[in-house]
Amino acid sequence: MTVINEVNSNEPLLEVRDLAISFATSTGEVQAVKDAHLTVMPGETVAIVGESGSGKSTTALAAIGLLPGNGRVSGGRITFAGEDLTGASSKRIVELRGSSIGMVPQDPMSNLNPVWKIGYQVRETLKANGLPAGPSDVAKVLAEAGLPDAERRARQFPHEFSGGMRQRALIAIGLSCRPRLLIADEPTSALDVTVQRQILDHLETMTAELGTAVLLITHDLGLAAERARKVVVMYKGRVVESGPAQAILTNPRHPYTKRLVEAAPSLASRRIQSAKAAGIETVELLAPAEASAETADNVIEVSNLTKVFKLRGGFGKTTDFKAVDDVSFAIKRGTTTAVVGESGSGKSTVARMVLNLEDPTSGKIRFDGVDMGSLKGKELLAFRRRVQPIFQDPYGSLDPMYNIFRTIEEPLRVHNIGDKKSREAKVRNLLDQVALPASVMRRFPNELSGGQRQRIAIARALALDPEVVICDEAVSALDVLVQDQILNLLADLQHELGLSYLFITHDLAVVRQIADHVCVMEKGRVVEAGTTDAVFDEPEQEYTRALLAAIPGSSLELPPQVA
Amino acid sequence: MTWYIIRRFLQMIPVFFGATFLVYFLVFSLPGDPIQALFGDRPVNEAVAAQLREQYNLDEPFLVQYFLYLKNLVTFNLGNDFSGRPVAEVLVQIFPVTIRLAILALVFEAVFGIIFGVIAGLRKGKMFDGTVLVASLIVIAIPIFVLGFVMQFVVGVKLGWAKPTVGGDAGWLDLILPAIVLGLVSFAYVLRLTRTSIIENMHADYVRTATAKGLSRQRVVVVHILRNSMIPVVTFLGADLGALMGGAIVTEGIFNVPGVGQRLYQSVLRGEGPTIVSIVSVLVMVYILANLLVDVLYAWLDPRIRYA
Repeated sequence: MTVINEVNSNEPLLEVRDLAISFATSTGEVQAVKDAHLTVMPGETVAIVGESGSGKSTTALAAIGLLPGNGRVSGGRITFAGEDLTGASSKRIVELRGSSIGMVPQDPMSNLNPVWKIGYQVRETLKANGLPAGPSDVAKVLAEAGLPDAERRARQFPHEFSGGMRQRALIAIGLSCRPRLLIADEPTSALDVTVQRQILDHLETMTAELGTAVLLITHDLGLAAERARKVVVMYKGRVVESGPAQAILTNPRHPYTKRLVEAAPSLASRRIQSAKAAGIETVELLAPAEASAETADNVIEVSNLTKVFKLRGGFGKTTDFKAVDDVSFAIKRGTTTAVVGESGSGKSTVARMVLNLEDPTSGKIRFDGVDMGSLKGKELLAFRRRVQPIFQDPYGSLDPMYNIFRTIEEPLRVHNIGDKKSREAKVRNLLDQVALPASVMRRFPNELSGGQRQRIAIARALALDPEVVICDEAVSALDVLVQDQILNLLADLQHELGLSYLFITHDLAVVRQIADHVCVMEKGRVVEAGTTDAVFDEPEQEYTRALLAAIPGSSLELPPQVA
Repeated sequence: MTWYIIRRFLQMIPVFFGATFLVYFLVFSLPGDPIQALFGDRPVNEAVAAQLREQYNLDEPFLVQYFLYLKNLVTFNLGNDFSGRPVAEVLVQIFPVTIRLAILALVFEAVFGIIFGVIAGLRKGKMFDGTVLVASLIVIAIPIFVLGFVMQFVVGVKLGWAKPTVGGDAGWLDLILPAIVLGLVSFAYVLRLTRTSIIENMHADYVRTATAKGLSRQRVVVVHILRNSMIPVVTFLGADLGALMGGAIVTEGIFNVPGVGQRLYQSVLRGEGPTIVSIVSVLVMVYILANLLVDVLYAWLDPRIRYA
């Protein structure tokens, strides 16, 4: 099926030459993309890899005139099938959109209009591009994208769809008019890994059958290498390296690409050891230390934990929903236990109960041998001091009206610790621990990057010298390189302060890097538990195997890593 | 949904009793003797006063008065006002006028507020947007009676485009000018709300996706931006319908419109218990119904909302 499409021509389908894009801001023009160049041949898949802000999406969106209002192409050319798009009229661009260049956007939750039925949103696409748009045509398009029971589904609203189904609907829309080029902007980064794999497999098959060229935008090098023949690496608005995927992975030239290859969580295979623990300057990836298996006592013991939520139904009825079902595990002092699962598996509910933010329906959580359910008043406050959370979204969990000093100092003030002077010293010390200069104290969250904010969140969590830190998807929102830094920081802090971590995540690649023990959760139950190595090397359950296989890049053959 | 609407109607029953009780209690606690007020400066004729007191149950304790009122209510006897007219008749006379006024005001603020708001939102930061924003701020800042008198003088007296005062039987045409004055402040709010909502939705991911699908700009605006932007506006308009009905006291006063506001004001001055209670109760009902209507519209505009 690939042969037919490649006879097409030797002429590139999309060619970007010396592209420069700038944004008008209140402080003047900001160059977002400089001298970008890339080529997509007909039927070929090319991936652009880079961190957020690297200009990868901007470059791709410029091709279909979808730059935000304050952005403009300030130089260079974009040529599509021999036609210059940079000078094209807006009428011509509208003609090309959908029918010649399709798009699959990043976040399936926000990219379908919530007030229109799925079928309607497909139909208007077909109609706008002059294709037959009867109910059967709509159903056919949806069915092609792997949506089961398409005819009935077409009559539903987006909120009645799961994330994976929405993404299938968006893929259906993107490919419905048989474009020659599909721009897939992080098409699966918002989905669970297993769903991610299915969707990408399906997208690959479909585009191969239709002969569609794909411009895949991703932050995940492993995923890019697995899905694309050619990879273009962007960094700070420039293309720093491009070439065949395998070559980039095995023999990265540019320093940034090298760092990216080293940090890619999907490619890493060992638990991070604290660099300081190993007594060396750089962080090494080693086998899990036997030290952690010493006669450490359990700081948290969870036994037969169950949480039932009441769901409201029609006519005043309620139905029970078991979010967490008979979950037991223990965290040894000074180690990391990870709870892994897809969305809806109940892992975050477990975290909330361990934080004592939610009462269990039944079962016990013991903290240092004391049943948490019995804590009240002062004891509860003391408990809160010893267990601190770090949440996923560093944008949402910091008060935008508080400067950094106030944010970190607040828990100290609430718990009446020290005087003004000693608190300030403590904040300085904490900032030093998370490797931030003391000068950030007077700044506000919106002046900091995502990684810096997450460091602030960690500093705040550590302010009260807790024994246990609960990280609920603490690194999921971060770019790979930043993620790597934060994970290393957490490992160092664990070594220095003897912290115990409960790591809640959907990302198995992260688990491998940070955890000593793993509990795999599915539909509220723990289906598999054990040491990280045991679970990763010899998974017993089908579900765990599926999760492991779904890590992007897991199928790639790589030479042994040199640290 | 049906169950939800039924439940909302059932909820109206306690609200009705609560509202009538509260209003009745407030009127009862008003200082001064209503009979005394009725006689004005003339000496009170004790015999007539006693008869009136008995007729209006004014000599009974509060609770008894209230229950007698409720008993009459069940038999659709709303009692009489102090000039002897049945209150029911008064209501039938004044409410149509105010409803006409409120509908005109609502149409005015909705149509113009949304149109201006959409244009301003789509052209954020341009001339039109700036002008409209400043103008709406001025409208919001100026008290309604100033606006009312100025409009009455300019449009009614100087230009002679409309009757400066309405009076008598207020027809639709006569009510246009008072309706514009009544709806002017809300018009400014609707405009600003629509504008903000449009600007917010313009940058939504699904709007970008819709553009990427190859839809024309016009279609993207009408189908994908407008409907989503109407959700907060509809909420405001619904709540405002209730406010327009009851809040017309000043406007009705300026333009001499014989509607609810004017009558309510007179009744409060006279201490006419049954009239006040009846008018306010109907207003409460209108308010509750308007809110129910908003909730139903809301669910229609936004399918994610499901009432159970």
